[in-house]
Amino acid sequence: MNQAGSSGGLRRRKLKEGIFRVLMAGAVLIVVGCLILIVGTIIWKGLPAMNLAMITQIPKGGFYLGKEGGILNAIVGSLYLAAGATVLAIIFSLPVVLYINVYAKRQSRLASLTRFSFDVLWGIPSIVYGAFGFIIMIYFGLRASLLAGILTVALLEFPIMSRAADEVIRMVPRELFDASYSLGATKLETALKVVVRQCLPGLLTAVLIAFGRGIGDAASVLFTAGFTDRIPTSLLQPAATLPLAIFFQLGTPFPEVQQRAYASAAILTVLILVISLLARGLGKKFTRHIIK
Amino acid sequence: MEKRPHISVQNLSVYFDELQILKDVSIDIPDHRITAIIGPSGCGKTTLLKSLNRLLDPIDGVRVNGRVLVDGVDIYDPGTEVTEVRKKMGLLSQRPQALPMSIFDNVAYGPRIHNRFDKTRLGDIVEYHLRLAGLWEEVKDRLDEPASRLSVGQQQRLCLARGLAVAPEIILGDEPTSALDPQSSQNVERRLIELKRDYTVVVVTHILRQAKRIADYIAFLYLGELVEHGPAQEIFANPRDPRTRAYLTGEIS
Repeated sequence: MNQAGSSGGLRRRKLKEGIFRVLMAGAVLIVVGCLILIVGTIIWKGLPAMNLAMITQIPKGGFYLGKEGGILNAIVGSLYLAAGATVLAIIFSLPVVLYINVYAKRQSRLASLTRFSFDVLWGIPSIVYGAFGFIIMIYFGLRASLLAGILTVALLEFPIMSRAADEVIRMVPRELFDASYSLGATKLETALKVVVRQCLPGLLTAVLIAFGRGIGDAASVLFTAGFTDRIPTSLLQPAATLPLAIFFQLGTPFPEVQQRAYASAAILTVLILVISLLARGLGKKFTRHIIK
Repeated sequence: MEKRPHISVQNLSVYFDELQILKDVSIDIPDHRITAIIGPSGCGKTTLLKSLNRLLDPIDGVRVNGRVLVDGVDIYDPGTEVTEVRKKMGLLSQRPQALPMSIFDNVAYGPRIHNRFDKTRLGDIVEYHLRLAGLWEEVKDRLDEPASRLSVGQQQRLCLARGLAVAPEIILGDEPTSALDPQSSQNVERRLIELKRDYTVVVVTHILRQAKRIADYIAFLYLGELVEHGPAQEIFANPRDPRTRAYLTGEIS
């Protein structure tokens, strides 16, 4: 009797285990499937329009809706913009994150207010950043330009980078701080020589996430960076970006140009992929000293 | 043989928020001796140790009353530079905390930030202190490897070398052998005994036999109160306070 009851219980538990396994496998399948579907669609639809000219030439055939030439303007513009914005975001993000983790007390009001701000800023849609950047631009009499785009995208990237970096630095054990302090190190020395080093791979990921969001965002650069067929040679000139190139190309009534949009999307995806892989390869070099 | 006190704790009380961890502790810690702070878990041993180099500072809600004089200077005086206080003391923690860098850089960390070297001598400084900690022979061929690849016992001796390289006068140990195997523990104990010739050593331990093996001076803490302190032989042979006797005989632990 007792025996049968427990074996029945076991069967039920095994059944639950089985159901959950199926659910998990299904979820994994959906995630991986989506990735394959998206990349597949982009490549399948974009491949016919893909050629060397796409990545080596600026658009030809009048305005940016031309069917000839390439999107070098947007590739270079996007790289300039995202690189500039990411550097700017690091310059502001790192000190803030180090402050709330190294200098502020654990339960400091200012630190929790800062973290709350990150969450709110994180949630603001990028079009709002774009609009905000636009207002500031007008106030200073700035035209749509690479500079305005960089500033706006930096603003967009800042909370993303900070929040990811904060999560990483929060994991540093208290004792590691003590070890450094007990050697007579100041907070700054501890922050830069020990904490940053210990967190380098995680910080790199934070930077990459922010960079990815920055280079892929269309709404924030719509009003601020403008669009142009030329490659910008100064910060005050407008700059083309890949997301906007895709947006404009998709919006035309010509199928040939629409096809080019998918090719542009493929280029953008590959660009992000290559940069991520490069950075990860670079990061590997720094992981060997990490204390687990 | 009267020794001048190297560290003098005077009426020290420490509060975590409303909770009083240390109650009016006063003790002179003798120079060039190993002083062991003993007592049951949660009695404030580590707090007392950390108060000696102001490692309580970064903790939330801590309040410190009283004075701690090191070489006659009150380290809690607002005019005292905290990094100078800490430079005088090497710390061994319960679990060795190697810094995220190479073996060489771990030892060179202190000398580098205190500018206590010229580049040609840095290698000598590192070698000297690794020898002092009894680690040199084991690591001399792999100084560039990450410190995390060393065994825990080796890491603890690396931490010792790292602390010594700052040229401290005092070595603090917070149950420095609790994470180590017996062999490594013995090794660390032997180092500490050798080092007391040149340093003042303060060790927190919950292992009575360890205190008997290495300590010259004993401080017994119970519930935040310094019950009794004195030369090790006296305390172990003739504890005056019944609570000390109870602890030594294992009635309270």
